[in-house]
Amino acid sequence: MRGVSATRIALIYPELLGTYGDGGNAIVLARRLRWRGLPAEVVNVPAGSPVPDGCDIYLLGGGEDAPQVLAADGIRQNRAILRAVGGGAAVLAVCAGYQVIGTSYPSGGRIHEGLGLVDIETRRSFGPPDAAPPPRAVGDIVVEPDPRLGLPTLFGYENHGGRTRRLPGAGGFPLGIVRRGVGDGSAAGGGEAGGRADDHGGAPGTDGIVDGRVIGTYLHGPVLAQNPALADLLLGFVHGSALRPLDGPPETVALREARHRALVTP
Amino acid sequence: MTTSFPRRFTARTQAALAVERLAAEASRRLGRGSGEMIGGKLALRVSPEMLAEVGSHRPSACVSGTNGKTTTTRLLARALGTLGPVTSNSGGANMAPGVLAALSRPPFDAAAALEVDEMWLPKVARQITPRVVLLLNISRDQLDRSNETRRIAAMWRELGGELPETTVVANVDDPLVAWAAAGWRRQVWVSAGQNWTADAMVCPQCAKLLYRNESGWWSECGLARPEPIVAVTGPRELLWYGRTIPARIDLPGRVNLGNAAMAAAAAREFGVEVEASLGAMTGLGDVQGRYQEVVLGEPGRRGRLLLAKNPAGWVEMMELLADAPPRPVVIDFNSQTADGRDPSWIWDVPLERLRGRQVLVTGERKEDMSVRLAYAEVAHSLHPSAEAAALAANEKVVDVVANYTAFRDLLVRCSR
Ligand SMILES: [Zn+2]
Repeated sequence: MRGVSATRIALIYPELLGTYGDGGNAIVLARRLRWRGLPAEVVNVPAGSPVPDGCDIYLLGGGEDAPQVLAADGIRQNRAILRAVGGGAAVLAVCAGYQVIGTSYPSGGRIHEGLGLVDIETRRSFGPPDAAPPPRAVGDIVVEPDPRLGLPTLFGYENHGGRTRRLPGAGGFPLGIVRRGVGDGSAAGGGEAGGRADDHGGAPGTDGIVDGRVIGTYLHGPVLAQNPALADLLLGFVHGSALRPLDGPPETVALREARHRALVTP
Repeated sequence: MTTSFPRRFTARTQAALAVERLAAEASRRLGRGSGEMIGGKLALRVSPEMLAEVGSHRPSACVSGTNGKTTTTRLLARALGTLGPVTSNSGGANMAPGVLAALSRPPFDAAAALEVDEMWLPKVARQITPRVVLLLNISRDQLDRSNETRRIAAMWRELGGELPETTVVANVDDPLVAWAAAGWRRQVWVSAGQNWTADAMVCPQCAKLLYRNESGWWSECGLARPEPIVAVTGPRELLWYGRTIPARIDLPGRVNLGNAAMAAAAAREFGVEVEASLGAMTGLGDVQGRYQEVVLGEPGRRGRLLLAKNPAGWVEMMELLADAPPRPVVIDFNSQTADGRDPSWIWDVPLERLRGRQVLVTGERKEDMSVRLAYAEVAHSLHPSAEAAALAANEKVVDVVANYTAFRDLLVRCSR
């Protein structure tokens, strides 16, 4: 249907939202298209310039406090991502980018307005105001994805101070259940816990959101390098059933086996 | 036992020095490393103020930054050595205990060239009031430990206010460093270069985007690259206080000439002429095994050891790897605590540049590196060890790029 026109992958403000190697997600998507014989174009959107309309996939990565706010202001100003999603584009937002596509997020001691693309909010803590905020979530993370997605276990690394929860009546559903690590730091079903996955009083926490063609998550690594099936899910949003299956590459199979040995096998 | 410690030290510090010496010797005898950490730790427990006592009455310089600390400290120690005895924590133990161990060796009036961890710099410098502080650069390192580059810069900036007698030798090409040093009483601005700019895109002063062009960087708020009085102007050339001088050292690469420029600028504050500094620096061919060629496993198989522990370090190594002849490259990659547990930064490294070379991968996280190389379309093979990789290489001599713990383990194995 799309003919020979290249799939355009927009890498948004990599200097601001690229702290954790998230630029790798663009490399992975472009390669997986080209390995299928499909043309791909990575559109680098440098900080300070407007987000372009008309891309097929928009990628937002992680960043430190000041860069996050600067990036969010740029993204909110021209609203190109909202228009593009309305027109069928896909979004992958990771870590700081995930927080930014929600309605609000904390940075530098203040609450900032987000893009409002998905119905989530992020705070330093959802606990009582007099309680110490939970520690920064840093470490390996393993997520069992929602069965509707048909994905295998997701591996990644997280590094964030915020805790995220879905708003009442939010669209979409959590990306998955956290088997190891923190993720959103809120229990499945919208609880207010903010600790490790295993101290929600038994209820496992969730990570991320899938709402239409928008995916948000705390997993970097970069997430698509460790989880090629998630990359193909995103590409499927754009190409539909025309996207032919792609095995491997064998290096990712070996990596996932190594991660499984290190993080899942007791 | 008799002590040779100066009488002006308090009894508590004399005791602490004795403890340090005993512990360090015992540790060395047991083969547990250089003994600097354990001795220094015990001594600090006996006398927490002793750092000030053994450090503040002597000419000293502290070297800090993400990359190049060890090399620059070694170069500075050589330059200061032209004046007399110098003590230095040359083993790389760069937190308070390691600094203390270096200061605990007689003579107690020797000049000190001290490598100091970025986070520890304020604590150490407040106690020993160094004559000079060298600030090299700030970039991401070990993301899971200290995640805010600006926080380090702010800490350094604040430190300047507490050290009115100290001169700061600062790299103007790193905006975070320049902003940190602007808060000090007296600066010597050096253009040592910066080939990694991704961590300094945002103005540390006003949080707006920085502008850059060929001649520097600046911000809307007025913060801008200071005019350097010392600069690396060519592969073997420095601008030095208004004149151009030839500068040749034995360590490879432009990055090391930048380190040498910083060290020479610092040595000048102690009265060492630049010619004497550079002269003393030549002859240093490797720093703790870096750039050194070692036998890898079997006789006849040799490897040049290169350390790259973060994206900035890797970009520097790319420059060295570009040297002809293009040797096979062994990548030894771990992610232990000292490396940073998160290996995702390898996606920021332009590994595509290795295409066309023979690349051999090993280390605890070799599978992560392998996926990165697969997506970079760099053909490569996996091996159980660097020695096995060297044996499988097409040539007798390889370049080995390793990150921190991989490098350390390799060095131990190769120097046995
Ligand atoms: Zn500014």
